[in-house]
Amino acid sequence: MSHDHAHAGHADDHHHGPVQLSDGFGKWILRWITTTNHKDLGTLYLLLSCTMFLIGGLMSLVIRAELWMPGLQFVDPEFFNQMTTLHALVMIFGGVMPGFVGLANWMVPMQVGAGDLALPRVNNWGFWILPFAFTMLLSGLFMDSGAPAGGWTMYPPLVLQTGSSFPMLIFAVHLMGISSITGAINVVVTILNMRAPGMTLLKLPLFSWTWLVTGYLLIATMPVLAGAVTMLLTDKYFATSFFSAAGGGDPVMFQHIFWFFGHPEVYILILPAFGVISTIIPTFARKRLFGYDSMVYAVASIAFLSFIVWAHHMFTVGMPLAGELFFMFATMLIAVPTGVKVFNWIATMWRGAMTFETPMLFAIAFVFLFTIGGFSGLMLAIAPADFQYHDTYFVVAHFHYVLVPGAVFAIIAAVYYWIPKWTGVMYNETLGKLHFWLSAIFINVLFFPQHFIGLAGMQRRVPDYALAFADVNEWSSIGAFGFFVAQFLMLYNFARCVWFRGGMQKATARVWEGAHGLEWTVPSPAPYHTFEVPPVLPPDESTVVWDEADEVVTGNKG
Amino acid sequence: MSMMKGGLRLALIAALLASGAAHGVAYEPGHWNMPVGVTEMSRTVFGLHMLIFWVCVGIAVLVFGAMFYSVFAHRKSRHPKPADFHESTAVEIAWTVVPFVILVLMAIPAAGTLVKMEDMRGSEVSIKVTGFQWKWQYEYLDQGVSFYSTLHADSNRARQLHSGIDPNSVPNYLLEVDNRLVVPTGKKLRFLITANDVIHAWWVPDLAVKKDAIPGFVNEMWAIVETPGIYRGVCAELCGRDHGFMPIVVEAVEPAKYEQWLAARKAGQPTDIGHGPARSDVAAASNVASDAVAAVPAQASSEPAAPAAASADGEKVYNAQCAACHQPTGKGMPPSFPALVGSAIVNGPAAAHIQHTLKGKNLMPPFARLSDADIAAAVTHERTSWGNQGGAVTAEQVRAQRGK
Repeated sequence: MSHDHAHAGHADDHHHGPVQLSDGFGKWILRWITTTNHKDLGTLYLLLSCTMFLIGGLMSLVIRAELWMPGLQFVDPEFFNQMTTLHALVMIFGGVMPGFVGLANWMVPMQVGAGDLALPRVNNWGFWILPFAFTMLLSGLFMDSGAPAGGWTMYPPLVLQTGSSFPMLIFAVHLMGISSITGAINVVVTILNMRAPGMTLLKLPLFSWTWLVTGYLLIATMPVLAGAVTMLLTDKYFATSFFSAAGGGDPVMFQHIFWFFGHPEVYILILPAFGVISTIIPTFARKRLFGYDSMVYAVASIAFLSFIVWAHHMFTVGMPLAGELFFMFATMLIAVPTGVKVFNWIATMWRGAMTFETPMLFAIAFVFLFTIGGFSGLMLAIAPADFQYHDTYFVVAHFHYVLVPGAVFAIIAAVYYWIPKWTGVMYNETLGKLHFWLSAIFINVLFFPQHFIGLAGMQRRVPDYALAFADVNEWSSIGAFGFFVAQFLMLYNFARCVWFRGGMQKATARVWEGAHGLEWTVPSPAPYHTFEVPPVLPPDESTVVWDEADEVVTGNKG
Repeated sequence: MSMMKGGLRLALIAALLASGAAHGVAYEPGHWNMPVGVTEMSRTVFGLHMLIFWVCVGIAVLVFGAMFYSVFAHRKSRHPKPADFHESTAVEIAWTVVPFVILVLMAIPAAGTLVKMEDMRGSEVSIKVTGFQWKWQYEYLDQGVSFYSTLHADSNRARQLHSGIDPNSVPNYLLEVDNRLVVPTGKKLRFLITANDVIHAWWVPDLAVKKDAIPGFVNEMWAIVETPGIYRGVCAELCGRDHGFMPIVVEAVEPAKYEQWLAARKAGQPTDIGHGPARSDVAAASNVASDAVAAVPAQASSEPAAPAAASADGEKVYNAQCAACHQPTGKGMPPSFPALVGSAIVNGPAAAHIQHTLKGKNLMPPFARLSDADIAAAVTHERTSWGNQGGAVTAEQVRAQRGK
């Protein structure tokens, strides 16, 4: 197994290489529509994610503009509700999930030494469903009766008051679910069957591990969501009464079904982020990940617990005491494996030799700010206190802390970390650091004060508020606009790497001094086809996760 | 790392604020923590909240302290040679077990509080709370007293898009209602919570009560208010367009005063307890009308109300009762809330229009609780405004339609 094997396809790049724009516009478009290459599809997923982050971000700016001052200045309350509903759906299903699927497309095959994902055509299909799904979802904005405005949780009976955009919402959710399931099956099958010889499961890089677990969560929960929204559809159009008390149904049942999907869903959004952070911190600490095995077990425990805590989203619906106690205890338990992960990250940093390139800065901010979100999550788990926190800005602050400086920072960190491998050039470090500091400051200005107005009585999902909350809302809005504008520094930086490389520094194959893993054994930029012949890892204790080799990982020495 | 320090400093300031403001009330400017409230339960919940908060702060100081020390001391420039340890069974067991023990210690008081909260026994006053889009109905069970509570007219005017009214000029902006919920102090109040259309949630922070109001289901919760006073709250569950505009105001009074108020309510007499502040800018003449609107709901809804002053201002009744859905412009919000402008019902026979108003349809609740004069005034307003040509109706026509 030689280094050359990894990209033996070079010689016939002319055959297998991608069609370029210079080969003709039509051909070039067809390449992207018909591509089954995991790198192409990874790129498409990331571009979609970026577009959706911008659209969802613009919606959040409408929200924050209206909330800048008390009184209604810009939009009708109904449109405001459309914005909060679509902002959540677009960010969750269009931003974060495709972002992580894009990273998995690019990195999972390269991390496990596979030539591509196991099911390349399914992969193409899974991606190309999404633009249609989001077109349908957003189409409501152009209808007379408006877009869905009942909240992303789609609680009946309110959601049944949606106008003509209602079936669009339901079918969009179905399509997103199909896309997620195809992506998840692809990742699971690839990891379980196509690992390089010698790569046992406990040598699997953490990012692939977290995606393996995430894949199972997706396969288990997306059909549940599809079932729930299908029942909504028949309740509205086919005279069923699944969720209508007047017909013998139960509106609370929808919430149980929804959150049986919804709680694992929040771990779908954060587990791959854990994988990214577990990859980046060892690289820049130049020290092996502390407690690899316990990291894997922690991810598995969190995934298991995520299925038995759903009703903590519903403490105020009037559950029996026994139910409230069970869901409170189970929820508190999640703090244990999550704590283990945070402690392990810090132990990895401990007595390392750290440098603070942009990916590391985002990773450290992740550990810090995600943990703050974890603390507020622990507070929310305490049911009697949750009765006061529930549906207030305290909850808004909590989940934005785990999702923005949590999941979104992890996606940003991952792109900074791997983009030299993808494009062959280094991003601009100064701009990257500036982007980090602006993001980190504005995100806290945006969300930290929201904890306090929530505690003091401001409820969620309102376009206007009591005068006591005016100052804090103003700071929040300033933070939101600042954060949004700062992201254009990142877009500029990445656009330089991808399209305008003049004057950009070339990346080495290894890229980072402390980087380890199969993806760093191929040149930068990674050839269109990698590992057409799988690398062989030595059967000793050293793993791909950590190896002392300078340029080339263990596997290629033998 | 100035951001990190900034975050910590903010957390410390927050903690100081939290411990210093032991007498805070919800919605008071400058108050940045959960209110201590005015019930034993609200104090217990506050104590629990602060306990978890300080536990989290303690853990945060240790964990982030270690992390930032490491960021400082173990940077490559100060610590060029990384150590090579990467696991320690003892340490890993320790930081699994210690958090677990802390969690158990936190779960004990939390579970105790929860058990107490769910104990409904021995209640003395039962009040049924029903959520509507977008108002609350309060029924004093076994007392025959029932009324609706909607956003106060001053707030309602100021909160319209481009209203031109500065919210700062409105007292208790978005936190005042026309009819307050009056309760006695020192008695165990039992609230029965339900809804008529979609899910709402009834929340009064100072009483530490919040429960979802779910159509078809009745939830329970209880409170013993210790101090007389006015306690404000909001609907906490997204319930559509005007979710942010259906506040709750609880006025707790001494039991003797409460009995007086109850008696006056039963007799249909106006009382100064339980009413939001007088509307600031209504002329004396139309005050008659607004008092009539406010007093009439006190009648049990089964009894037809006495005819109110003939001068009842149709637009005023319309804005208080109808405009939340059909909009002050009459344009509604299709498809949920149809437009009245050019509507077939509004421009059609008066009898059908009156029936529609009395009995409701689909999402629209019945309005039979209003007086004949008020219904006549509102219906006339609808039939003669915005270009509609339905023509006026009289209170006699409304009376004739009741019971049909």
